[in-house]
Amino acid sequence: MPLKKIKEFCIEKTIYLSGITSIIFVVLIFVFLAREGFSLFKRVSVFDFLLGQDWYPISEPAKFGILPMILGSLAVTLGATLISVPLGIASAVYIAEVASPRIKEILKTGIEILAAIPSVVIGFIGMTTLVPFSKNALNLPTGLTAFSGSVTLAFMAIPTIVSIAEDALTAVPVKYKEAALALGATRWQSIRRVILPAASSGIMAAIMLGIGRVIGETMAVMMVTGNAAQIPQSLFVPVRTLTATIAAEMGETVQGSDHYFALFAIGIVLFIITFIINLIADWAVHRRFK
Amino acid sequence: MVNLVQAWAEQFMMKHPETLIAVTGGGSGTGIAALLSATCDIAQSSRKMKDKEFKEAENKGIQPKEFVVALDGLAVTVNPKNPVNQLTIDQLADIFNGKIKNWKEVGGEDRPIVLLSREVNSGTHVYFKEHVLRKGDAKRKDEFAKSALLMPSSQAIADEIAQNPNAIGYYGMGYTNPTQKFLAIGESRKGPFYYPTIENVKTLHYYISRPLLLYTNGEPQGLIKDFIDFALSAEGQEIVRQIDFVPIR
Repeated sequence: MPLKKIKEFCIEKTIYLSGITSIIFVVLIFVFLAREGFSLFKRVSVFDFLLGQDWYPISEPAKFGILPMILGSLAVTLGATLISVPLGIASAVYIAEVASPRIKEILKTGIEILAAIPSVVIGFIGMTTLVPFSKNALNLPTGLTAFSGSVTLAFMAIPTIVSIAEDALTAVPVKYKEAALALGATRWQSIRRVILPAASSGIMAAIMLGIGRVIGETMAVMMVTGNAAQIPQSLFVPVRTLTATIAAEMGETVQGSDHYFALFAIGIVLFIITFIINLIADWAVHRRFK
Repeated sequence: MVNLVQAWAEQFMMKHPETLIAVTGGGSGTGIAALLSATCDIAQSSRKMKDKEFKEAENKGIQPKEFVVALDGLAVTVNPKNPVNQLTIDQLADIFNGKIKNWKEVGGEDRPIVLLSREVNSGTHVYFKEHVLRKGDAKRKDEFAKSALLMPSSQAIADEIAQNPNAIGYYGMGYTNPTQKFLAIGESRKGPFYYPTIENVKTLHYYISRPLLLYTNGEPQGLIKDFIDFALSAEGQEIVRQIDFVPIR
C-alpha cells in the first residue's frame, strides 16, 4: 500500500510540475523581456517610443519611434483578417454542415497540410508569385506591400480559423439543428439563424487565435512587405512590422546598446498585444459555458 | 573592413598555429591612432592617412608604409528598362533622401521611384549614408527617406530590381547580371561620369568607392610581412571576393 501511495504521489507531482512549467516559462520570458526592454526607457520616454514617427536606431542622435511599425503590423493584420475570416468561416461551415463525409475528410486533411507548410516557404511563394503579380495587376510602384503581406498571412491564419471554428460548429448539439429543420427552416436558415449563433463564441476564439498567429508571424511577412518604416496611408504601400524589425536588426546590434534595448522593448509591445488577443479569445471560449 | 581582416587573420592562424593575431575594430581613425602610438603592428583603414597624420607620424619617428589590399565599391543599379544611365552625386543623394520622387526629375520616364536599401546595421547601408547622403561630412544629419525599402540582402535588392523598372538600389559591385543595369556616377552635371568598374575604382575615379588599406611602421619584417603577403596572395584575395569587396588583382 505505501509503495502504491508513493507512486501515486510521484506521478501527481510530475504532472503538476509539467503543468506549471509553461507558466514558469511565460513568467521568465516576460521578466527577461522587461529587464532588457525597460532599460530603454531610462533614455527614451514611453511616449516618444510608442508615438514617435522616426526609426533611425543607429544614427547620432538615434531615434526610436515605433509608431510606423505598430501601424504596419496593424495594417497587415487588418488585411489578413478581412481575407481569412470570411474564407475561414465559410469553409468551416461547409466542412461541418454541408460536405459529405468523404469530402469532409479530404478537406480536413488538406487544411492540416496547409497548416504544416513552414512560413518561410509560404513567404517565398508569395515573393515569387504574388509580389510581381500584384505589382502588374494593380499597377503599383512595387509589389512589396502591406497587401502582399496580408494575402500571404491570410493563408497562414486560415488553417487555424477553420479547424477551431469547425470544432465549434460540430460541438453545437444536433438537436438544435433538428429542431430548426423540424420547424420548417431551410438548411441555410438553420445554419445562419441557429448553428452559427450557437457556435459564435467558438468562432470568435478561432478568429482571435488566427489574428494572434498573423501578428506574431515574422519570416513570411519580412519577405513580402518591403520593410519601409513609414506610416502606411493605404494597404498598397510598403510597410514594416514589429516582428520584422526585431528579426532584421537583432543579428547585428551591439549587446547592451540602446538599439538592443529598443528591440526588446518592441518585444514587450508584441507580448502585450498577443496577450490581449489571447485574453479575448479565452474570454470568448469560456462565455460559451455560462 | 574589420570582417575582412578578421577573416584573413583566422585563415592565417590556421596555417600558422603558433601565431596569434588580435584584430580590433573601431573605425579607421582608431587604427591610425594606434599605429601612431605604436600600440599595433598593422593598422587597417578604409581611407588614406591625412597629411596631418603623416606629420604627426614624422614627429614620433614612425614611417607609415601603405598597402592597398582590397577595394570597396558600391554600384548603383536600376532595371535595364529604365532609360536613365547616369546620375550626379547630388541627384543620387536627393533620390535616396526622398527629395526626388519621380524618375522624370532626373531625365527618365514619368514613374515613381522605389528606393531599395540594406538593413540599418549593414556596413553598406552605413557607408552609403555617410558617403553619398552626407557626402562624407560627419556633421550632416541626412537620413534615408522613410519610404526606402530595407531589404535583407544584396540578392533581395538585385531580385527586386530585376523585375521592377521603378526601383533603384545599391550593392557591392561584385554582382553583375544582365537583369540589372549599373549607373554611371558623376560629381557634376557636366561629368565626367564613371561606371563602377574595377579600373575606375582602382584609379578612384568612381565616387562611391574607397581603397582598403593596411599601414605598417617602416618596411614590414618577419611575421608582419608574412601576413601582408598572405593578404595579397591569391588565397587572401579570394577571401576579399567572398566578403564582397573588390580584389586588387
